[in-house]
Amino acid sequence: MNGIIQLSPFDLSLAALLVIALALVCRRLRLGIGGKLLWNATRTVIQLSLIGFVLKALFASSSPVWVALMALVMLLGAGREVRARQKNPLRGGWGFGVGLSAMFVSSFVVAVLALAVVVGPEPWYAPRYAIPLLGMLLGNTMNGLSLSLNHLTQNVRSNRAAIETRLALGQTKSEAIADIRRESVRTGLIPIINSMAAAGLVSLPGMMTGQILAGNSPVDAVRYQILLLFLIAGGTGFGTLAAVWMSSHRLFDDRHRLRLDRMRS
Amino acid sequence: MIRLKPEGLRTIYGGPFSFSVERGECVVLSGPSGCGKTLLLRALADLDPAEGTIQLDGTERNTMPAPQWRKQVGWLPAESAWWADVVGDHFRDQKSEARDQKVPISGNVDATSSSRFLNVGKKPDQKKRDAQAITPAKVASTLGKLGFGEDVLEWRVERLSTGEKQRLALFRLLLNEPKVLLLDEPTAALDVSNVWKVEEVIAEYRNATGAAVVWVSHNPEQIARVADRHLQLWGAE
Repeated sequence: MNGIIQLSPFDLSLAALLVIALALVCRRLRLGIGGKLLWNATRTVIQLSLIGFVLKALFASSSPVWVALMALVMLLGAGREVRARQKNPLRGGWGFGVGLSAMFVSSFVVAVLALAVVVGPEPWYAPRYAIPLLGMLLGNTMNGLSLSLNHLTQNVRSNRAAIETRLALGQTKSEAIADIRRESVRTGLIPIINSMAAAGLVSLPGMMTGQILAGNSPVDAVRYQILLLFLIAGGTGFGTLAAVWMSSHRLFDDRHRLRLDRMRS
Repeated sequence: MIRLKPEGLRTIYGGPFSFSVERGECVVLSGPSGCGKTLLLRALADLDPAEGTIQLDGTERNTMPAPQWRKQVGWLPAESAWWADVVGDHFRDQKSEARDQKVPISGNVDATSSSRFLNVGKKPDQKKRDAQAITPAKVASTLGKLGFGEDVLEWRVERLSTGEKQRLALFRLLLNEPKVLLLDEPTAALDVSNVWKVEEVIAEYRNATGAAVVWVSHNPEQIARVADRHLQLWGAE
């Protein structure tokens, strides 16, 4: 621990007072979100404390099996989260599968590429690099995916009459849903585009802040942050494209009929 | 000559339906609301999964791609839907619209194809399947018969009344030159003079092209005016 000021549990509980105060105000205003706030703050403490121990053990062992297992758990968690954040996910295995496979092809491929080709730690799967990188990629891709898929399913539902009219006039499924599909992909990409625009000017991204706090040179930290933002942009973009394409095809059958029954209502 | 022939057609709600409609014939469907008339029309347009067969001029629906079927078996829903801001954008080639190329609505006058009802020629220089160029003269005359000036193409959709939308939806459907018209209460939102206009345009289209018409209507006088044959649907018990 070179140079970083250690935080005691007392320091953390001071910060927790802030969350508790907010919860009290929410309750007073009857916003109905105070309980949720406290519960999820508690989750943060528990989940992060546990992961602290897991990572410590993982870094010590450095076995590829454990790294792969950890990556798998993270991927499954992200897939579950994408489905849970949608109001009307696809029925059956599709709601989970679309997000999962889209994140697998984007986040995983991008992470492996970045590790093996760009950063090049020894071995390439070294958990100290692999796990945080994958975590940040998955977290951001997950956001983009759930935003875009939610946009897609909501708009298909509310524009059912227009889509079916277009089909009735002889348009193919791709033509009938083209504008909704386009808007859905854009919706998923807006967060990362915004973070790239604001980076350095308005916000100092979390990873960079962490490195600077840990005593690294700001110039090195900046390089890592640029790398990360590019990786996130690539991962989110390709993941969103894949997920929106897969889902929008699933919403029609082979006779180009709109099948809202394949979506949970 | 038989134009449309559903056999043993089961919709989500009812059936089996078996009947046939001759070339140029107008069959009116009536029956209590909720008895499945709309679902039958949707099944005929292949918009809902339905067991059984449907033949168009002897060709089974599953032997051609669904979009091609629907261009020929044109469905006019009871409530029209619009997706672009400007009326004319609904009549342009959707593919070029997607690429933001504006296809001029008055371009490409083709005098040789005047036998076609609306003179909607496929652009000769364009291989694209759906490319539509709308020739001005006949469009203006059909729009005129429906009670519109040509400037309606520049109107914003939010400005349209329900009745105007219904008439324009019919116009939009006729541009495809379907061989069968499936009309779901096409005059429900119209006042008397416009009901006459719509009936006249449909009759004229039928005479000019030999299209068969399946017409859902509740109005006995209208049924007497337009029907060659009248089929009554009964609701399920």
